[in-house]
Amino acid sequence: MKMFRTLAALAMLLAGNLALGAPKAKPAGDPLDSPRWTDMRKEMFPAKARVVFDDRVKVTAPLTAENPMNVPVSVDASALTDVREVLVFADFNPIVRIVRFEPQGAHPGLGFRIKLQQSTPVRAAVRTGDGTWRIGGTWVNTTGGGCTLPSAGSSSPEWQKRLGEVSSRVWERKEGGERIRLRVIHPIDTGLAPGIPAFFLQELNLADQTGRPLMHVEGYEPLAENPVFTLDIPAERASAAYRVSGRDNNGNTLSAEVDK
Amino acid sequence: MKNAPALLSHGTRSLIALLALGWTLLLGAADQDYGLAPQPIADNTWVLVGRSEDFSFTNGGNIVNAAFIVTRDGVVVIDSGPSLAYGQQLRRAIARITDQPVKWVINTHHHPDHFLGNQAFDAATLAALPGTIKGIQSEGGAFNENMFRLAGDWMAGTEPVAPGRALAAGPLEIGGHHLELIALDGHTEADLVILDRTTGVLFAGDLVFHDRAPTTPHADIARWQASLSQLGKLSFKTLVPGHGPVSAGPAPIRQTSAWLAWLDNTLRQAADNGLDMTEVLALPMAPEFRKLAISQAEYHRSVGHLYPAYELKALSGGRRGK
Ligand SMILES: [Zn+2]
Repeated sequence: MKMFRTLAALAMLLAGNLALGAPKAKPAGDPLDSPRWTDMRKEMFPAKARVVFDDRVKVTAPLTAENPMNVPVSVDASALTDVREVLVFADFNPIVRIVRFEPQGAHPGLGFRIKLQQSTPVRAAVRTGDGTWRIGGTWVNTTGGGCTLPSAGSSSPEWQKRLGEVSSRVWERKEGGERIRLRVIHPIDTGLAPGIPAFFLQELNLADQTGRPLMHVEGYEPLAENPVFTLDIPAERASAAYRVSGRDNNGNTLSAEVDK
Repeated sequence: MKNAPALLSHGTRSLIALLALGWTLLLGAADQDYGLAPQPIADNTWVLVGRSEDFSFTNGGNIVNAAFIVTRDGVVVIDSGPSLAYGQQLRRAIARITDQPVKWVINTHHHPDHFLGNQAFDAATLAALPGTIKGIQSEGGAFNENMFRLAGDWMAGTEPVAPGRALAAGPLEIGGHHLELIALDGHTEADLVILDRTTGVLFAGDLVFHDRAPTTPHADIARWQASLSQLGKLSFKTLVPGHGPVSAGPAPIRQTSAWLAWLDNTLRQAADNGLDMTEVLALPMAPEFRKLAISQAEYHRSVGHLYPAYELKALSGGRRGK
């Protein structure tokens, strides 16, 4: 009976995939084999939502993170069409959610840095226009060590004067369109260290010269200190100048021109 | 006695189990033998060459070169290894070669594989540059904890011990060996190089790596390159790098310098071209460096240590606002 149900489920899934024309989508079984996946499924997505694993959601991060306070991650969902939002999370982090973004006019992808507490899958869940959540991810191991220890952190009080300052630069891409890199000065405290309340960048928006939105980013506590973001703008939305605005959870706002 | 086990009381059985456990632990400790075999490289001069690997539970942290000079006024040890056990075994290896007592234990810099064996030696013999002493005092505890994670049981009982004797650059004569202490930096904030003018041996510490990719957790590449060009001007017969095989000439200096130049160029160009750190990690290794031991792993680590600074510079060239 159990076998029959499994087969039936499999047949349905296969049919579903054929109908969608998405042969790469794997609806069951976490490809990262995480003991936390069942909890993640419950915690992050509505029970009725369709949630599938999909190789087309690319998450790139080092297999071993040298500095767990500053782990580079980039998400690329440009193989999918009609990407509405992307939620990035790490199963084993004490605060699971890392960043959520809506590529309103930008390429559906984002590069950023995160803090990891221990080895964990880092996943991106991409909601496409049909309401399906498509999930990609990768394991990141965190160690450090000796001659291989991370650089000593710069715990400078400088940020207080420069909070919310944005450094940025725009590059033309060989593939067409433009690349924007932004660095925001912000300590981003998780609130998990004793005596230091959570203090983090909650919102960052990028718009073109006329104010049309390109990217909406919502940050959570596990983003790295002084986060650096990398995003790409397709040729048809490239602009003579860009504007960044945002705020943190304490109501501090930031606003900067990104011109060339 | 066939039925003996059934006759044993519960207490006796527990005791036997405990003894068996103790025996296993003893065997385990006996297994932690670094197999240190001093190689003579010049008159009165021996080197213990570590493996060209990363720290592991298998090598117990023995990836480093330690050395000693036997003089008529006692033994000079240069770097004490990654653990208490290494330091103890180093002492025994020295005692098999000479009756002279160890009078000096000099740490070339504050990285854990170069000083965590200090504990095995008389505290009065420990010496280093002031910057190294300060580094061990401030970071030694964290390094030690990290070494426990990376090398496991080999670290049993190890505690960081900072030298009490501060060394200054200049000549130092010990038992007929005319040493020149050269205070440089770049690999860390204080890198000591020792030239034994009597034998022509240059103990370069971690300013020089040989056939093994350099590590950069505290590196300042520009200063490191300046130090290497100073080393290139010295005359010596034998070079003992911090990691990798002993060399008869200055080739490892050029090799280390070439690696640093490549790393510097790669990271600067990447930052100027707007590459995200994950894209920098994926860049191909230059063919001439693929033969260096663990070059891929060290490149990845170096990107983590160094790229943020290149990135900051590239972005600061752009618009800044609030
Ligand atoms: Zn070192």
